[in-house]
Formats: sequence, structure tokens, C-alpha cells
Amino acid sequence: MNVLADNAGEILEGFWKTIQLFVLSGVASLVLGTVLASMRVSPIPVLRGAAAVFVHVARNTPLVLIFIIFVFGFPTVGIQFSFFTFAVLALTAYTSAFICEAVRSGINAVSAGQAEAARALGMTFRQNLTLIVLPQATRSAIPPITNILIALVRNTAVAEAFGVTEASYVMSGLLRDHADSLYWIFFGIAGGYMLIVFVLTAFAAWLERRVAVLR
Amino acid sequence: MTTSAAALVLALSLTACGGDDDDDNASQDNTPSGGASASASAVSGTLGRLQGADKLVVGVKFDQPGVGEKDPATGKLSGFDIEIAKIIAKALGIDSGDIEFKETVSANREPFIKARTVDLVIASYSITEERRKVVSQAGPYYETGQQLLVRSDDSSINGPDDLTGKKVCSVSGSTSIKTVEEKYGAAPAPFATYTECVQQLVNKSVDAVTTDGAILLGYAAKQPDKVKVVGDPFSQERYGIGFAFGDTQMCEFLIDTLQAAFDDGSWAQAFADTLGKSGVSAPPVPQLDDKC
Repeated sequence: MNVLADNAGEILEGFWKTIQLFVLSGVASLVLGTVLASMRVSPIPVLRGAAAVFVHVARNTPLVLIFIIFVFGFPTVGIQFSFFTFAVLALTAYTSAFICEAVRSGINAVSAGQAEAARALGMTFRQNLTLIVLPQATRSAIPPITNILIALVRNTAVAEAFGVTEASYVMSGLLRDHADSLYWIFFGIAGGYMLIVFVLTAFAAWLERRVAVLR
Repeated sequence: MTTSAAALVLALSLTACGGDDDDDNASQDNTPSGGASASASAVSGTLGRLQGADKLVVGVKFDQPGVGEKDPATGKLSGFDIEIAKIIAKALGIDSGDIEFKETVSANREPFIKARTVDLVIASYSITEERRKVVSQAGPYYETGQQLLVRSDDSSINGPDDLTGKKVCSVSGSTSIKTVEEKYGAAPAPFATYTECVQQLVNKSVDAVTTDGAILLGYAAKQPDKVKVVGDPFSQERYGIGFAFGDTQMCEFLIDTLQAAFDDGSWAQAFADTLGKSGVSAPPVPQLDDKC
């Protein structure tokens, strides 16, 4: 117990970095994922194809490999960012592919009559999507998106092996210095991740009640 | 805590004796286990089992050039630790071709010794008081210390005092990364392996890599045009040979064998063939501990 209290500053610093990783890559993934989903249902074949290729590649590649591509591949061809930026980019590339599919499943859940009615009123594809389909789609996509974001919270731990000093890095250091308090350290850090997920889940449940679609 | 550790060690040494007993005389002799383990200890533990045996199992690192490295293409092992293993095998009367090398990573060296997965660990294994509570360590056969690896064209870092604010790579959870962060104000860049760190250094994503000088010399020997080791060691690491806890006869044998290797030049030859290739001359012969 003492080991957690004595190192509270270091632990909080680690989790602050974890939260930054999560929020930045989470927001970026929601934006990019929605754009990708829109591309996948658009009438333009090139956009559809490009989005499909991206989603399939990103979704079927292990996260560690995506990290390697960013952190080792990019500097080799002269593209330099901080390790933190690379981590956000890698997490975003991976997560947005899943968000895209969740949003697309939401789009499929909107009854075809809605889009047809909008088209009959003379709306363009863009208006149809942003005013009619996506607002409804997002609502039914909240539960799967929550799942993906929970996975993202835990996936941020991969950044420990790629130059980012987040919560898991703090854990490695504490385990090195206090080998006798193994369980306190492990469950303390695990509890921190659980707390983030708990807050996220509570927010999602609230949001779901707020905007639930009445059918 | 201490009591339970002692009980564990006792339990392990008892099972170990039982194991030896099976090999040696269980078939002829049906004495109850108490008497049998007494007779087994007279047959001199690990040393008795190994002398003239048909193989020796040694735990080594596979990813440290110059110290212990496995060539991914040929599967051939090379490095100073490998040469030390050959010297020990020779003294046991075991052919160097009959050494079975098993990969050990830092975290599983003690478990491997305790579980008898390996007979010896020769894997850049620093002697510490903590470790000597659970395993025995003979040596040191090499003394090194934490040093810095930088790009060959970088003249801004010449020692740990130049690290303030610089990005320094080492393995997550290592003592090296803690030292540069806490004592010298470096920005830590943790990675999973030293190979990855060296790649990030060549990529210019980090400014320096830090760990034991012996390991860094190995990397410098591999790409002398790209990276170099700078500054004096700023910690002390003494590499020892790990083996089963409390095996006094093995301990004496290993100390005698290492002393003989220091005296007849085979130790210096082993260094010249491996770490010496990075251009440094052989260090003075280390002073062996008289206990394990």
C-alpha cells in the first residue's frame, strides 16, 4: 500500500500521459472513423475502395506492427515526430478502422426509408448523410463504439515499448525498485486503468440514455 | 518474507538432491529418502553430475552482440559469454560441441537455475547481494559499467553529465534508464530491446543509448561507422556465473577454472576474439570473489 502512496506523484504523471494518449487518439479516431464510414457508403467507387483497403489493412494488422511501421519506418524515410505523436498516430490508425465499421453498422441500422425520403425531398448525398443518416446511425453505434474505446484505453499500454513514459512504464520502474510489493503495484496500476474505463463506461451509458432512438 | 524464501530454497535443494539420487544409485539401493539424500550430497551435487557428462546446459542471451548473440541466419552463437561457457565446459571434460545453449532473458535467469532448466547461467549476469540470496554466483569474470552509445558524428555528448534534457533510450524497467533519468536529468525513451534502441539512435529519434558498456561495445563493433561508445563507466557491474544456490563444490571449481583461464591467457584470448573487436584493449583481469 505504502509503495502506491509514496510514489503517487510518479503514478499520476504516468496516468496523465495515458489519458492524453487516450483522449487525443480517441477523438482523432472518432473523426477519422466517421469520415471513413462516410467514404464506405458514398456513391464514388474510388472513395469506397480506398476506405475499404485502409480499414482491412489497419484492422488486420497487429497493433505492435502498426507501431513499428510508425516508430521505425517513418524516421528511416526522414519523417521525424516525437514518440508521443507517433503513438497517437499509430493508435489512431488502428482504432479508426474499428470505429469506421461500428459507424457503418449504425448506418445500416437506419431504415432505408429514411434515406429514400431524404433523397425524394431533393437532398444531396452530403445533406442526406450529415442531416438524416449519421445522427441516427451514431446513436445506435454508441455501444460498439464504447467497446472500441475501452480497448483503446488498454491499447495505450503498448506505447510503453515505443519510447512513451505512460502508466505501464511507471509500473515497470516501480516493479524494478520495489520487488517486494509486486501485488500492490500490479493491482494499483490495473485499478487505474479500470478507473478510466469506469468513467468512460458511465459517460457512454448516460449518453445512450440521453440520445436513445425511439423505435 | 525471509523465512518463506529460506523455506523455498530448502525445498528446492531437497528436490534437487532427490533428482541426483535417481540418477546415481536409486536403482541399487532402497534406502528411505532421508538417508538417500545424505549419500547424494556425498556425490558432490552439480559438479559430480557434470564432470565428464555428455552435455552441459548453459543459459545465455541471444540478443547482445559481442556478449551473447545468436546469428539469425546461421543460428551460430558468438560472444564473450559463449567463450566463457566453452572454457568452463573444457574444464569439466565436456566437448564445446556438447554445450546446449538455452536463451535466458533477464527476468527468467533465477527461475531457470532453480528449476534446473539450465546448469549454469552465463548471460551478462551482474553479481548482486539480492541475487545471491536465491542463486549462487561465481566471479566476476568481467567488470563493466553503465556507459553511453552515441552517433559517431555526435560530439555533444561525452559523458553522463551532458545528458540533461537529451532523449536516452534503454530497456523499460532497467536500472540504466532509472539512473540517467534520476541522476542526470535525461528524458527517458523506453524500448523493449537494446537492438531497437540502437536503431532509434541511428534513426536520430534518440540522442543516446545506455546500458552496460560490454553490451554497447558489441553494438559499436557491429556498426563502427555509425555509433561509438563514449565516456567512462558510471556504475559498476560485475558479471558472474550463476548456478544452484549453496553448491560450494561447484563454486570452488568455477573460481579455480576462471583463475586458471586468467593465468593461461585463454580469458584474454576470449576477450580479443569478441568484445575486443570494437577496438578496445583487454581490461585488467578482475579480482575474483572468494565466496559465491
